[in-house]
Amino acid sequence: MSDEVRLIDVKEDIQADNVRVAQGLRDRMARSKTFLLNLMSSPGSGKTTTILRTIEELRGRYRFGVLEADIDSKVDAELIAARGIPAVQLRTGGFCHLDASMVVQGLDAMDLAALDVVIIENVGNLVCPAEFDTGAIRSVMILSVPEGDDKPLKYPLMFSVSDVLLINKIDYLGFSDFNVSVVRERALKLNPRIEIFEISSKTGQGVDAWADWLSRQVGTFLNG
Amino acid sequence: MHELQITESILNVVLRHAGQHDVSKVVRIHLRVGELSDLVDEWIQHYFNYLSRGTLAQEAELAIVRVPIVLRCPACDLSFQIGKDQLGAAVCPTCAGSKVELVSGRGYFIENMEVL
Repeated sequence: MSDEVRLIDVKEDIQADNVRVAQGLRDRMARSKTFLLNLMSSPGSGKTTTILRTIEELRGRYRFGVLEADIDSKVDAELIAARGIPAVQLRTGGFCHLDASMVVQGLDAMDLAALDVVIIENVGNLVCPAEFDTGAIRSVMILSVPEGDDKPLKYPLMFSVSDVLLINKIDYLGFSDFNVSVVRERALKLNPRIEIFEISSKTGQGVDAWADWLSRQVGTFLNG
Repeated sequence: MHELQITESILNVVLRHAGQHDVSKVVRIHLRVGELSDLVDEWIQHYFNYLSRGTLAQEAELAIVRVPIVLRCPACDLSFQIGKDQLGAAVCPTCAGSKVELVSGRGYFIENMEVL
């Protein structure tokens, strides 16, 4: 039988389909003038609170919507909707990440013409979401102080694919051996282009600088 | 973890090519997986065995080659290879600069497959 074995060239990137859908989504968002932001982090790092703070800071300037991914609950979407912010809950049904098709599905349930910015709250996890292009214009990750300053060593891909690192919960710094300059150094080694902001989404400290950065990005996108 | 989705994508691509080439059985699939992927080879095979039952690719062996992590120092225009555990402390071997960028070491690529 072995002499019958043939070799077939495949030469295919198995994520090519997702990349195509993601690129199509970016084109669609450019036409509808909606800035898509992908927010990734571990569970409990403060994604929802950071989203609420950020929107509070920029609400006068831009119209926001939120796409919530959660394994199987509506808790976060309800919190956001309670503030009068349009929110769609995507139930990922056990999936560990969002891919571009899931994002498309969520956006189809939103009125994009009435929104300038949609923030995707990705599934809480520093591994899987880093591997899948969501179709977002920019990707942002949060590392919170209680998680420890060794995370760039453990999850290098996440730091490599993010445009921004938000170091959250800096109000905990006094109670922790978390070293901000070590994290900055490690993150910049993995990704020299990463923008780093130190914030506390609870107290609001530092949120203005991050919100200014985002506002400039959105402004350039909308006027471009 | 996302083993299931990645493995399903592999199977879909393999079956599509098998359908185009009048294949009776897929014996071996040669894959290139980035060193940065957290998926373990053994588990990709386990998921593949599960998903491929009843298809032309049932019992196919996944021959996985890891693609090394290659960084590039833009200042020296030098590319160099490093291990995953050295990534956080990587510096350019020539100028010792730490502003380096990732060239390869990500993703999943099907090179070719052996078929009957």
